[in-house]
Amino acid sequence: MAEVHVRKLHKAFPDGTVAVEELDLEIKDGELFVMLGPSGCGKTTTLRCIAGLEEETSGQIQIGDEVVSGLRPSERDIAMVFQFYALYPHLTVRENMAFPLRAAKRPEAEINERVAEAARMLQLEPYLTRTPSKLSGGEQQRVALGRAMVRHPKAFLMDEPLTNLDAELRADMRAEVKHLQQRLNATMIYVTHDQTEAMALGDRIAIMNKGNLEQLGAPMEVYNRPASLFAARFIGSPPMNLIEAEVTNGHLTAAGGLQMTAPEGLSRGQKVIAGVRPENFTISATGDGVQGRIVSREALGDETIFVVECQAGLFHVRMPATARFDEEQVVAVRHVGVAPPAYDPTTEKVVSA
Amino acid sequence: MATHIQPEGLADEGIAGETAPPPVRKERKLGSGIEIVLLALFMIVMLFPVLWMLETAIKETKDIYAVPAKVLSFEPTLQHFKNVFGENSPVLQGFKNSVIVAGFSTLIATLLGVPAAWAYSRFKLVAKKDQLFFILSTRFMPPVVVVIPLFLMFRDFGLLDTLLGLILVYSAFNLPFTIWMMKGFIDEVPAEYEEAAMLDGYSRFEAFWRVTMPLLIPGIAATAVFALIFSWNEFVFSIFLITDPDTRTAPSAIAGLIGGTTTDWGLVAASAITFAVPVLVFAFLVRKHLVAGVTLGAVRR
Repeated sequence: MAEVHVRKLHKAFPDGTVAVEELDLEIKDGELFVMLGPSGCGKTTTLRCIAGLEEETSGQIQIGDEVVSGLRPSERDIAMVFQFYALYPHLTVRENMAFPLRAAKRPEAEINERVAEAARMLQLEPYLTRTPSKLSGGEQQRVALGRAMVRHPKAFLMDEPLTNLDAELRADMRAEVKHLQQRLNATMIYVTHDQTEAMALGDRIAIMNKGNLEQLGAPMEVYNRPASLFAARFIGSPPMNLIEAEVTNGHLTAAGGLQMTAPEGLSRGQKVIAGVRPENFTISATGDGVQGRIVSREALGDETIFVVECQAGLFHVRMPATARFDEEQVVAVRHVGVAPPAYDPTTEKVVSA
Repeated sequence: MATHIQPEGLADEGIAGETAPPPVRKERKLGSGIEIVLLALFMIVMLFPVLWMLETAIKETKDIYAVPAKVLSFEPTLQHFKNVFGENSPVLQGFKNSVIVAGFSTLIATLLGVPAAWAYSRFKLVAKKDQLFFILSTRFMPPVVVVIPLFLMFRDFGLLDTLLGLILVYSAFNLPFTIWMMKGFIDEVPAEYEEAAMLDGYSRFEAFWRVTMPLLIPGIAATAVFALIFSWNEFVFSIFLITDPDTRTAPSAIAGLIGGTTTDWGLVAASAITFAVPVLVFAFLVRKHLVAGVTLGAVRR
């Protein structure tokens, strides 16, 4: 396993579209690094540049000690798992997994051993003689993982590998990918547009937008303090409540007199947008807080999400399942917990300390 | 590739095949009765010349000229076929030449066309659409238009009356077709397969050879048969560019039998049947792929 460095990567396609503006990433040895962003943000292009499937317009990519610019994909010693698995349809599961080893011209005994080892780890032993078309989506994905791991590559590149699975299977495979990555102590670069997947898997998350890095950090860092309004909207479900507020005496005050704890680093009278997680609001039938009206209620079993209309806008509020409020009921909304991050309305960047 | 044909008159009653009741028996019967009669008539008209040819091929010469025509009341003979393959056959050399010309021109068109189609399918190229249109546009004109210029060129290069000349012309005519048809097949094979193989340690060409190629075999077979049929049947260039009886191909050799003082119609019919059989056999062998080849690309995955 190895580190991966991306330095000043810039990628423009011949038709003029710029996929990556300028990107610097340092991916540590044995790290599960997630690149997260909406479609067209440049995350897949970055991955394909690392793989060597696209040539960078400028910049440098280093895998281990080797600068790989100009090297063919086959010379970079990396493995990739594709969104559509890309299993060779004319080969059996065994031959699919043996394929990279055959390319490396390994002896037959070693090939058998490595394939058997991967098949055991991924519970693919009963399927070795089948062709990919006879497998379910999850099984196909496991074969793709097996094919990636038999060669013990320097790094794994995962291009939205779970997007094509149904929701239940996706959660299982997510756990399996994480487990596998830890067991192999593999350097893994994982591209996804699903923030839940990113939060669940990543040691670190890079949020990308329009070819630029918006934020880089550990999942909880990114969750608690999104660096920009874009990141704030992208991470978390339901998303952060973004509320226009003004710094008053020790508080952030929004329309209707809603008060929130003020974060450090703001000056009095400054106009900001406060980002409040749904769990940092609480509602009660009577008591402190501003008046709001419940617009909708989503009982999720373990918790209930209320959408409350206040003078400052529509808020999502996460409450325990025991909270019973009816739609149209008038309630009091109050901010609890830590001070929310605050954003500048024009630059859209975080301004609180 | 199932096509759901919605019976007429049921258009507004939900989705065909799911909620619509089966079509009314009586109407269906009447409809298909007319259909069958029409199709049978059509078939008779289309097949009559072929049947007449078959019959002529096994009639003795005196029966061929009999008036009124003997339809079934004649003694069958294989003499004409023996003449086709006999020692003094005027067409046997033509068949040999046709095999060589059709075989090589198909081979050349396939060897050049498949890699070209792969490149057009996989790579970003300058003015790719224009290039492809240009390639296709060479098929817009009727071949006979270029006969005179080709004749002059061939005369200067000494290619008249040579098999090589015909092979070149047929290859050139088959190439655009091969490129377009193969591009359709290759577009259907996801590029990810090759990318995966490249990451698995193969060069781009090896990836194409080991992963895409095996998946393309049916498509190549279908395309090659089309090219083969074209080269095998081609008549105009053959008759214009070749006059030497030693190098002319079967179609012009057979045509050469007609005319003069007497025409041995039995030999003409027997030669024509011998000529048609290989194509029929080939088309039959790859009929599934032929249909797939024609319809592929019409439906997106």
